[in-house]
Amino acid sequence: MSTSDVPGRVDLLADGDGSVTLRVSGAWTLAHFATIERQMQPMRNTLGADFHLDLSALSALDTAGAGLLSLLLGPQRLCAVIATLPDLAPERRALLGTVGGAVSDILAYTPPGGDGLGFVELLAHLGRTSEAIWCQTRALLGFIGLVLETLARNLLRPRRWRMTALVAQLEQTTLDALPIVALLSLMVGAVIAFLGATVLSTYGASVFTVDLVSFAFLREFGVLLAAILLAGRTASAFTAQLGAMKSHEEIDALRTIGLDPIEVLVLPRVLALMLGLPMLTLIAMLAGVLGGAIVCVTVIGIPPAMFLSLFHADTPLSYFWVGMSKAPVLAFLIGIIGCLEGFKVTGSAESVGERTTSSVVQAIFVVILVDALAALFFMEMGW
Amino acid sequence: MSALPVAPAATPDTLIAVRDLGTRFGVQVVHEHLDLEVPRGVILGVVGGSGTGKSVLLRTIIGLRRPDAGTVRLLGADLHALPPPRRIAIERRIGVLFQDGALFSSLSVVDNICVPLLEHTALSARDARRVATLKIALAGLPQDARDKYPSELSGGMRKRAALARALALDPEILFLDEPTSGLDPVTAAGFDHLLRTLRDALGLTVYMNTHDLDSLHAVCDRVAVLADRRVLVCADLATVERYAHPWVQDYFHGPRGRAANAAWAAPTPET
Repeated sequence: MSTSDVPGRVDLLADGDGSVTLRVSGAWTLAHFATIERQMQPMRNTLGADFHLDLSALSALDTAGAGLLSLLLGPQRLCAVIATLPDLAPERRALLGTVGGAVSDILAYTPPGGDGLGFVELLAHLGRTSEAIWCQTRALLGFIGLVLETLARNLLRPRRWRMTALVAQLEQTTLDALPIVALLSLMVGAVIAFLGATVLSTYGASVFTVDLVSFAFLREFGVLLAAILLAGRTASAFTAQLGAMKSHEEIDALRTIGLDPIEVLVLPRVLALMLGLPMLTLIAMLAGVLGGAIVCVTVIGIPPAMFLSLFHADTPLSYFWVGMSKAPVLAFLIGIIGCLEGFKVTGSAESVGERTTSSVVQAIFVVILVDALAALFFMEMGW
Repeated sequence: MSALPVAPAATPDTLIAVRDLGTRFGVQVVHEHLDLEVPRGVILGVVGGSGTGKSVLLRTIIGLRRPDAGTVRLLGADLHALPPPRRIAIERRIGVLFQDGALFSSLSVVDNICVPLLEHTALSARDARRVATLKIALAGLPQDARDKYPSELSGGMRKRAALARALALDPEILFLDEPTSGLDPVTAAGFDHLLRTLRDALGLTVYMNTHDLDSLHAVCDRVAVLADRRVLVCADLATVERYAHPWVQDYFHGPRGRAANAAWAAPTPET
């Protein structure tokens, strides 16, 4: 790099005999790009065909400067002109030649136009979004079918069960989630007991707080809390894992080795969730009731033995089964959504983020939707 | 082939100085007592078998990895001892082409190249795009690739886009990790030609990890051989070829080495 860092200049000098000299001087470098371009702008139109180029005062030239020079003269003319300059250093000649070639490539290219009208664009956007939702639903249903088919094919062939993967997934998705599920359920149980105690004490019916806690946790909150935590914690993990594998072509590699990605990657994950969520649900129920019990004992003043006997007397076993029966269904949906979104990842880091967000949002949405539908159903059935 | 041309107006100073470098991963020793110097204006090719730590050495020199022993000076400074602003000032004077390109996958090609331009120069967004477009054309990438995303490009095109990004600020030193691997021979030759043009015109210094014997013949002024945890020899190609070490002999006088030698010994037209 040259030390003389005078910003580049370009001047048109009229000689006495009527010929014109284009004098290029100073440092034509990236640092002075904007300055040079401003000077150059009016000159591009007025520059005649006949002039003499003087590069002798040019102190520094880099690719950006060479690009500007070749824009000013036009790449063809630049090539022709530099050929007539005998005392130009060969390395600058090479640079101007190379950059000139590049600039003529750029000028030859016209970007494809894609400007639409506002309203038409809006309609098109609406159409695209609707189609995307439809495709999304169809893909989800198709994927569910694919997984169920693979499951059915492998169910009766224990040799093809991937026990190692299943156990590893169980550890990651269930065992590692145990503390957080237990803690959260305990706290929510305590909060519900507080609410119940506050409202029911107005009617002198504080003792029904026990029923409130047991109904809520056995029927709804145990499974719902565990499922929502799993949706946030595990669906995102599945998407990111499979997404990273997809973008590194690992899934294609599995297929070429003759392994079915559904069987190798999806089944162990989904099955681990279907086994794990009922276990987590049980823990969540126990922790929630325990949280309620702590509040009942310490705040309302119901003795532990009375809490247990009320719990035993008022809560039918069917409540437990109502709550538990939802666990495998929700687990299946969470696992399927997590894996499907993972498969949808395309190469970029942004797409991994997008799909992970989408997988968590969808999973939580589906969990609450299915739980609400199930609550209606069980209520109508009187279970 | 000219012998060691010195860049115009460049003092023969040392841009990269590695002294007594040691690198280890746990118990595995990768480099031990490694010394290497790269003067200004030189195109250095670093060769060595797989797993001899070429990429690790490059990462250590550009300051991504702290040396376990010894010192590394880049442009006269120890990057790890500098306060952040001065470290950034050094880093903007180098350009790096990583082995897999390492393009930002969420940005289009032209936006990738605009990143260093917008960060380190006073260019407006419009001017930055124009400079980026020029770099794209210089790197030999077709113009319709400029608004594509890295995941939509082929491996060779990704590499050229990454080269365009490495060249964005017209760096003083260009670090290239396997630049021609995965390129077709025509593109690779064009790449070599571009490198030499830029070196001659801008006084660029190039540090290049490579396996490509043709690149060594076409552009490298010096060749350093990495083996036995150190730089065995760092000299011009003819000297290195005669160096008595089994790996060096196998490399330059195996079937591929002989073919490249024969091709470049014959009078070749300037690429």
